[in-house]
Amino acid sequence: MEKLLEEFSLGLFFWQTLLFGLLLFLLWKFAWKPILKAVNDREEGIKNALDAAEEAKKEMQNVTADSEKLLKEARAERESMLKEAREIKERMISEAKEQAQTEGDKMIKQAQATIEAEKKAAVADIKEQVANLSVDIAEKVIKEELSDKKKQLKLVDDMLGDIKLN
Amino acid sequence: MQKATFTRLLLIAVLFLGQFSFAKETKEAKSEEQGTDLKTEIKDYIFHHLKDSHDFSLFSYTKENGEHKYVGFPLPVILWDEGLKVFSSSKFHHGETLAEVDGNYYKLYHSKIYKTDAEGTINYDEEHHPTNIKPFDFSITKNVVMIIITGLLMLWLFSSLARSYAKNNGVPTGAGRFFEPIVLYIRDDIARPNIGEKRYKKYMPFLLTIFFFIWFLNMFGMTPLGINVTGNIAITTALALLTFVITNFTGTKDYWMHQFDPLGKSLPWYGKVVLYIILVPIELLGLIIKPFSLLIRLYANMQAGHIVIGSLIGLMFVFKSWIGSPLSFGLAFAIMLIEVLVALLQAYIFTMLSALYFGFASEEHEHEHETEVAH
Repeated sequence: MEKLLEEFSLGLFFWQTLLFGLLLFLLWKFAWKPILKAVNDREEGIKNALDAAEEAKKEMQNVTADSEKLLKEARAERESMLKEAREIKERMISEAKEQAQTEGDKMIKQAQATIEAEKKAAVADIKEQVANLSVDIAEKVIKEELSDKKKQLKLVDDMLGDIKLN
Repeated sequence: MQKATFTRLLLIAVLFLGQFSFAKETKEAKSEEQGTDLKTEIKDYIFHHLKDSHDFSLFSYTKENGEHKYVGFPLPVILWDEGLKVFSSSKFHHGETLAEVDGNYYKLYHSKIYKTDAEGTINYDEEHHPTNIKPFDFSITKNVVMIIITGLLMLWLFSSLARSYAKNNGVPTGAGRFFEPIVLYIRDDIARPNIGEKRYKKYMPFLLTIFFFIWFLNMFGMTPLGINVTGNIAITTALALLTFVITNFTGTKDYWMHQFDPLGKSLPWYGKVVLYIILVPIELLGLIIKPFSLLIRLYANMQAGHIVIGSLIGLMFVFKSWIGSPLSFGLAFAIMLIEVLVALLQAYIFTMLSALYFGFASEEHEHEHETEVAH
């Protein structure tokens, strides 16, 4: 301890305190303050940049999500449109088919009716003609028959017999 | 296989040591014939080197005719002895002559200046301490010159670092790339955790200055120029005193409450009275012991490092053998490497502990208030 005290130099202590104080002041003003400020600014800048990047990333994600959504929607819409179109097509086809069917049926019915009518008319015509022919034939036959009295009588007898049978 | 190598190495080591001790014995026998001159000379040289000096000597040698030659330059001596006396230290001729200034005679004795009569007699007391008047010595000594050089170096380095930020858009260049991480380390790993996020900023300039100041001066001490600034008790006292002053001037109410009322509300006053007779003096003693440990730690570490290296280098000349000298050279080299680490470590410890003390002083015990509310 005594040796330490003996070694202690007041002059050196004085100079050290003075010079260190001066150094502290000068460094504070010209070095530490700007250095710490620059470092701080830089760190803040980096932090801000990172935040901005994060924000941009989020935004980007939002945008992708949005576009994804849009795409999905578009796809769904297309799907539904296609489905609708298909349905419409099918409906139209079936409707057309139905219509054709009914139309056909109608036409067939009409045709059948016409045919029936024609047939009836034809049959009536044939009947008439047959009747006329038969009348003509009968006339001729009768004319022939009636040329002889006996035969006339016989015919009347036959005719009468027929009527009874009817 | 490995075991065989190991035993072989052990054998070599034993042989080596045997030879070493043998060599030592013969040399000692020889040097006894020459007297212990060399050893005392080395010892004196080391202790002289540890002290501050009034001239900046780079190295010295002895001519064949016994004349000491010093290479270096003189420094101004400033004395306060009934008026300011300024003269060049070359007047002392390295302690060999008296300096006569304005009719007063001064003698340089063991690196200290004493006022003497015209013959330069120094009177001693019983314990062999000089009783001559010691004028106040404010000389620009070697240490002061080194402080100025270090200061200028730091100013140049760090102001150029600061400028490089402004020029380069916040990116350091050159040496700044090396120093910036250290500055950041002090901020992020010393100041912030020890002082706290809110208050660390105001202590930063002091912590940075003290760290680089101690580190640079420690590193200068590693050079062969014979500089020992941080191993000087006056320097470390001044540094520790600054820490002490800053600690207590920035101390909060809580800090002082803790000093004088360490138990707080945990004990009623009549219980405290008895305890505080012992506790308060201990707390106050702790206040002084903290910076005192700082100054002693730095001083002792640097002083010890210089003594060890000096002694090991001196051993080379004592041994003067093919085995002893390289061995002590190797040891000196190894210790030198450790000393480079110690130079950084001591600067770190000083800064770290200063930050810790600042942290204690500026702490606000928020948690204590919380517990009070809880009661």
